[in-house]
Amino acid sequence: MTRSYSVQRLGLDVLGLAIALVFLVPFYFVGVNSLKSFGDVLANPAGWPEAVQWGNYSRVWEIMRFPSAFANSLLITVGSNLGLIVISSMAAYRMVRHPGRINNTLLLLFVAAMVIPFQSIMIPLVRVASTLGIMNSLWGLGIAYFGFGVSLNLFLYHGFIKSIPREIEESAVVDGCSPYGVFWRIVFPLLKPMTVTIVLLNSLWIWNDFLLPLLFLYDPGLRTIPLATYSFFGQYTKQWDLALAGLVLGVVPIVLFFLAMQRHIIAGITAGSVKG
Amino acid sequence: MRGVIPIEAINKKARAEWIRQLVFVGPAVVFFTLIIAVPFVLSIYYGFTSWNGVTANVKWVGLDNYKQVFLEDDGFRTSFWFTARYTVAAVLLTNLAGFGLALLVTQKIRTSNLLRTIFFLPNVIGGLLLGFIWSFIFVKGFAAIGELTGIGFFELPWLGTSGTAFWGIVIVTVWQYAGYLMVIYIAALMNVPPELMEAARIDGATRLQLLRSIIVPLIMPAVTVSLFLTISWSFKVFDLNLSLTGGGPYGSTESVALNIYQEAFRNNRYGIGTAKALIFFVIVALITMLQVYVTKKKEVEA
Repeated sequence: MTRSYSVQRLGLDVLGLAIALVFLVPFYFVGVNSLKSFGDVLANPAGWPEAVQWGNYSRVWEIMRFPSAFANSLLITVGSNLGLIVISSMAAYRMVRHPGRINNTLLLLFVAAMVIPFQSIMIPLVRVASTLGIMNSLWGLGIAYFGFGVSLNLFLYHGFIKSIPREIEESAVVDGCSPYGVFWRIVFPLLKPMTVTIVLLNSLWIWNDFLLPLLFLYDPGLRTIPLATYSFFGQYTKQWDLALAGLVLGVVPIVLFFLAMQRHIIAGITAGSVKG
Repeated sequence: MRGVIPIEAINKKARAEWIRQLVFVGPAVVFFTLIIAVPFVLSIYYGFTSWNGVTANVKWVGLDNYKQVFLEDDGFRTSFWFTARYTVAAVLLTNLAGFGLALLVTQKIRTSNLLRTIFFLPNVIGGLLLGFIWSFIFVKGFAAIGELTGIGFFELPWLGTSGTAFWGIVIVTVWQYAGYLMVIYIAALMNVPPELMEAARIDGATRLQLLRSIIVPLIMPAVTVSLFLTISWSFKVFDLNLSLTGGGPYGSTESVALNIYQEAFRNNRYGIGTAKALIFFVIVALITMLQVYVTKKKEVEA
């Protein structure tokens, strides 16, 4: 009996690994060909490189201005996260503790707006953004992310704060803590699990986002990684040796981030989807 | 006057409350209003104008834009038809694949953790880069595999004909999102009470019966969420579409989102673009609400 079970399980392991191989094949092709000369890519796309061409990477590093693109992506991701955490945690806290008519209506509006697809408002948004003078700058892009992220972040915080007992805050008030002190010193630290989830979800979204930066940033020096990859691909279509090295550079940071954070990311998605 | 609170004190207290309300909720409301609410309201207005993107030139044209979009714009109709077919195929296949992977990795197998990581991996890469990666796979990688194995499937001109390009986008979508849905379905499967499964097994239920009569009804909440997510992702597909096929060949794989983008920012017809965007919003809202309503009714308690 036990023996047939283990054979069956072994079969499932083998099946799983076979599917995993199919999942990984694209990465193999991109990785291995990014190290070949152009002729080698065309002649022999499936095999190992004839001679490893690290030079592809150093050329792409320069042409894509990779350090600048990386820094821009990092800056916009970190900055937007900081702002979003502050504004949405504060608003959600107030809405949970003072659920008057105004705050309930506001919450409803925030949540309802999550149905609006980005493409439905992007055209007037460009107009509004140029009127406000926030086009073509990273902090302006950050402001746009505040607007696009606040609904979901507020909603997630709202659900979480509801489960935090009020008594802790009341004793702090008795001890003479101001309302702002109560929030930042007592409540905010308690929100940490939700803050981690929100930061990870926001980071994956903002780091990979393409269309909003495409509309907002014209200056080549401001390009994020997706924008730099896009313009690089436009110039070097079919020059696979360079194009693939560029893709690898674009993919590596987020993959490393995922591998380091995967436990939290997966827990975050589970929590987010159960509530949504 | 002891025991009576002076009017000024009440006013002062009310004012302090208002300031707190402003400090806590104000910033969120300001950014939301500027970035979401104002553009949304403006989009209703611009849909009735012949705005071309230049500020001064906004002329009211009534329903002309909508008439043109519905009656004359073949490109828009094609893109809608493409997006609808793509959504149906992508939603079905991604959910089946995600559920299948979840069933596989929740068995007691040794490689479970490794497999979860690998299946989820494509998901963390943005659609734009995934599209570029797969444009190489379809053009060079598949050809190489086809040469090695002689399997006809790999020797098709994948991005060259409208039929295969359609399935190309679907394949990449499944590859991208199956792992994400797997995570949601795993969480649901963990919540199916083992006693219930055991009881049914003792009563002689087959595996298929277990799946159909116990597992599926109990994980309906996860199905609701997964369908909602996949419908809205596929309906709004843009990045992947742009980088993989660019809408080609001959506009046959152009999604609605891409069509709206081109209309506004390539053709500089912002008025018509906005009208299309509003139609798009109404349809997305209706479909997702209908879906949530229908699948919610199918949810049961364990």
